[in-house]
Amino acid sequence: MRKLLRRIFLIDLIEGLAVTFRYQHPKYITTEQYPAERPKIAERYRGAPRLNNHPETGETLCIACNLCALACPENLIVVGSERNEQTRRKELTTFTYDTSRCMFCGLCEDACPVDALELTQDFELASYSREGAIWDRQMLEEGPRPARYKY
Amino acid sequence: MADSTFLDSTELVLNMGPQHPSTHGVLRVILKLDGEKVLGTECVIGYLHRGVEKIGENRTYQMFAPYVDRTDYVAAVSNGLGYCLAVEKLLNVEAPPRAQVVRVILTELNRIASHLVWLGTHCLDIGAITPLFYTFREREMIMNIYEKYCGARLTTHAFRIGGLQYELYDGFEQDCREFCDWFLPRVDEYEQLLTGNRILVARMTNVGVLNAADCKAYGVTGPMLRAAGVKWDLRKAQPYSGYEQYDFEIPTGVNGDTYDRYLVRMEEMRQSVRIIRQALDRIPDGPIMAKVPKVIKPPVGEVYVSIEAPKGELGYFIVSDGSTQPYRVRIRPPSFVNLQALDKMARGALVADVVAIIGTIDIVLGEVDR
Repeated sequence: MRKLLRRIFLIDLIEGLAVTFRYQHPKYITTEQYPAERPKIAERYRGAPRLNNHPETGETLCIACNLCALACPENLIVVGSERNEQTRRKELTTFTYDTSRCMFCGLCEDACPVDALELTQDFELASYSREGAIWDRQMLEEGPRPARYKY
Repeated sequence: MADSTFLDSTELVLNMGPQHPSTHGVLRVILKLDGEKVLGTECVIGYLHRGVEKIGENRTYQMFAPYVDRTDYVAAVSNGLGYCLAVEKLLNVEAPPRAQVVRVILTELNRIASHLVWLGTHCLDIGAITPLFYTFREREMIMNIYEKYCGARLTTHAFRIGGLQYELYDGFEQDCREFCDWFLPRVDEYEQLLTGNRILVARMTNVGVLNAADCKAYGVTGPMLRAAGVKWDLRKAQPYSGYEQYDFEIPTGVNGDTYDRYLVRMEEMRQSVRIIRQALDRIPDGPIMAKVPKVIKPPVGEVYVSIEAPKGELGYFIVSDGSTQPYRVRIRPPSFVNLQALDKMARGALVADVVAIIGTIDIVLGEVDR
């Protein structure tokens, strides 16, 4: 009998609708207002790669050991180095990072012994051309410059 | 002999997919129809084939770990756990206790996330649009925990061979507890929305029935097998990563139809919350990484390790020839095996039921095609 009344008065549907209407309240809005508001990115987020410079001297931290290139599953890092005849040490000349093939697994930054290569919180990596996704040393040191839009 | 016209023929062959929105990606099902009735189905897979197993033969053991996340991308952490356990067994090392507990927490969160995606899309397919927004709201909390823990949301690469790469962040336990407290009432809400709903019940009961004997014959595992009444869960049957220490129940169904599978998965989400709460109470101190050499060179041999992924038994079969790269990696994906039963379930059903049946198998095409 109770079951029949529930069916006749559409109780099962009304119960469901009650849930829907409860969430009409503005405090349940979860929409993010990107790009007007920047989203909060976690500290450990693996985004755009960056080649760190020494904060005081401005020289690159990279010692051109090539470990990141060896650790990369996609072989997308190419490290160019030259031996300095005076100090007898390898010095970094070029550094190429193909972000179009990168899957941001973080194995390169794990492999880096001097914390020179780092995946940062920048996430706006879009580019108008395929060549634009291949980053050279200058771009890796300065970081991406996404267009800022005004609203 | 006169040419038969279109009107004469009673059988019609129809392609469903690969662009059909309810095929969850790029599954193509060729339907043989008599009016609305399905006489037979044939699955065409491979649209998302990337050769993951072959890639594994050309990568070192550590390098291959990010790729397994990309097979079942909805439950990437479970894939990572299965692969890491397999290589650890090959190397004969075991992750430290702290790493094991954290692994359990993250994989159970992942099970909830996977079931939430299933619940949202499955109900969307059969006409209930609202739950999708609610399930993705809860899933967002899990994704935020992942993002804070390991820096990625979907293809996480959270585990490493021998343990974990990242130490827990400050407030991890609090985040997980907040999620558990928030999530349990939300499951009740989903049930309020869906379980009693006459439209949903009518769309689900006695649709896609697969009994226990058929499940075993097809090798179907996971919630589909449990909905048929078989109490089989690898977390209990062959515990890994310390699952024997946790107190939880295996929900089972009776009829093995779509509605039972729905109920089983809803209950599994609650049990996962139970496991997470128990695990949070007992995170031990200690190292998070076992002693694993930098260059992993396992001894010659082969190993098969299977875990209970959200969709069923996920197995990794790895053959080592003693070098730094695996000789062969074979992945036994639950979706691929479960998809075989589609024909058995869909025969005699209506076209609209096929949509419900594909949803209830809970396939991810990245895993089916690899």
